[in-house]
Amino acid sequence: MDINIDHIAHLARLGLSEEEKMTFSKQLDNILQYAKNLNKLDTKDIPPTSHAIPISNVMREDVVKKYKDIDVILKNGPEIEENMFRVPKIME
Amino acid sequence: MINKTAHELHDLLIEKKISSAELTEKVFAHIESVEPQIKAYITLTKEEALNQARIADEQIQTKKNITPLTGIPIAIKDNMCTKGILTTCASRILANYVSPYDATIVTKLKETGAVIIGKTNLDEFAMGSSTENSGMHITKNPRDLECVPGGSSGGSAAAVAANEAILATGSDTGGSIRQPASFCGIVGLKPTYGRISRYGLVAFASSLDQIGPLAKDVTDAAMLLQVMAGYDPKDSTSVDMPVPNYRESLTTNIKGLKIGVIKELMEEGISEDVKFAIKSAIKKYEELGAVLSEVSLPSFEYAVSTYYLIAPAEASSNLARFDGVKYGHRSQEAKDLITMYYNTRREGFGPEVKRRIILGTYALSAGYYDAYYLKALKVRTLIKQDFERAFEQCDVLISPTSPTVAFKIGEKANDPLSMYLSDIATIPVNLAGIPAISIPCGNANNLPIGLQIMGKAFDEETILKAAYAYEQNTTWHKKQ
Repeated sequence: MDINIDHIAHLARLGLSEEEKMTFSKQLDNILQYAKNLNKLDTKDIPPTSHAIPISNVMREDVVKKYKDIDVILKNGPEIEENMFRVPKIME
Repeated sequence: MINKTAHELHDLLIEKKISSAELTEKVFAHIESVEPQIKAYITLTKEEALNQARIADEQIQTKKNITPLTGIPIAIKDNMCTKGILTTCASRILANYVSPYDATIVTKLKETGAVIIGKTNLDEFAMGSSTENSGMHITKNPRDLECVPGGSSGGSAAAVAANEAILATGSDTGGSIRQPASFCGIVGLKPTYGRISRYGLVAFASSLDQIGPLAKDVTDAAMLLQVMAGYDPKDSTSVDMPVPNYRESLTTNIKGLKIGVIKELMEEGISEDVKFAIKSAIKKYEELGAVLSEVSLPSFEYAVSTYYLIAPAEASSNLARFDGVKYGHRSQEAKDLITMYYNTRREGFGPEVKRRIILGTYALSAGYYDAYYLKALKVRTLIKQDFERAFEQCDVLISPTSPTVAFKIGEKANDPLSMYLSDIATIPVNLAGIPAISIPCGNANNLPIGLQIMGKAFDEETILKAAYAYEQNTTWHKKQ
């Protein structure tokens, strides 16, 4: 297999140690080799199923509702400043 | 007292032979004595529970708003949001997360007067089949402390089996209610996709996740399903259909019930002990007047591959929200935003979650999407069609819940593929969205064996009936 683990980890914004990269590459290779059994099936004319039951978008009126417990939500934030979530710098 | 079922305890509460406060105290005393070995819980909420028990006792005294669950101690899987109480998903990344709202099922349970006693352990974000992937601690199987309780709802199953709770909630994405129920010798039911609101269930694989009950017997499972089922405008996948009275469907008359035995789940890969127990169950059903036949669902061979492409793909997307910005762990080693994401997720997630994020991201990535993810969605159609064909001739289908009894702690920890393959009997059910229940049907080496009964979409009544008829004519559910 040709898993470019650095590329995939970057897409997922997931930091991995060198050891994890090695272990995961090997294990994923095994899993994907096993998953190749799907290729035995001809699915050219089979439609995909993304949900087992028919699902459609649920619409509602776009109305603003006041939310009272803002403090409870902010309390979970790792770094808060004046009712905002503070993050490290996003550009040079 | 605490080894009784919820419906037995309900009768005692109504007759005022016991009080909910007394029952709740007894459960907590028992938790104190066995929890150091079992470790079923992540968080215990004794004070709130005793308050709720006193309110329940008042309701019973004044005969106001009494429901079948009034005053009954129940445990909640720790991936379901509880206002003001930690909801960790057994992940370091959510170790300090306090939800600002209750999951719909938690609201419903509170409204029925049930007593919430704590939050149970699970495989991190419900990813696993043994609860060994918990970021908190390992839960032991109450039937054999050297064995896993199954997963991912291992804490809920162990709590009920060890009488540390009378009932528990679980979630099932690929077998996470049924397999631990099987391993711990109790009853676990995964309802039809859409039957129960998932609002407030932390999402793992959104096209597969479903909440359901874990209980000591079929009647209790039906009662808890009753409370949780129903449409919820807050969950766009919940289905607006009337909820039948499940307890009324519990009759022992199953004469003429057409039961299909799935050929592919009685072949190689299933242990001899398990096959023997299922064959005995087949004989029992014949004695009870059911009509049995063998059915073939050839696409099952591909179910594990299909599932382990679809579920991680959905997980990799769902878990993108854990970025250290608005809640949860944030890495202190962060010179800029992107390093903050990298390090937060490296420090916060355990190995199985990382493995699935990588696998899912790969399956969805440019150049591989058609070969893996789309291919899996197409095979999912074939699996669904196999079930539809089988249900043209049968009312329910049966199989083992798991190919083996509970395995030893550590036995499969370093071999993810062999762990995944143990989900062969439960996974197809989630892919097709249908309901299924696991009930005890035997023992091997003193470990329980589970019988899985699968039904048509939204026909929980028939699987409950088939399960009840078997249970009332056997004694396996009493062997704790």
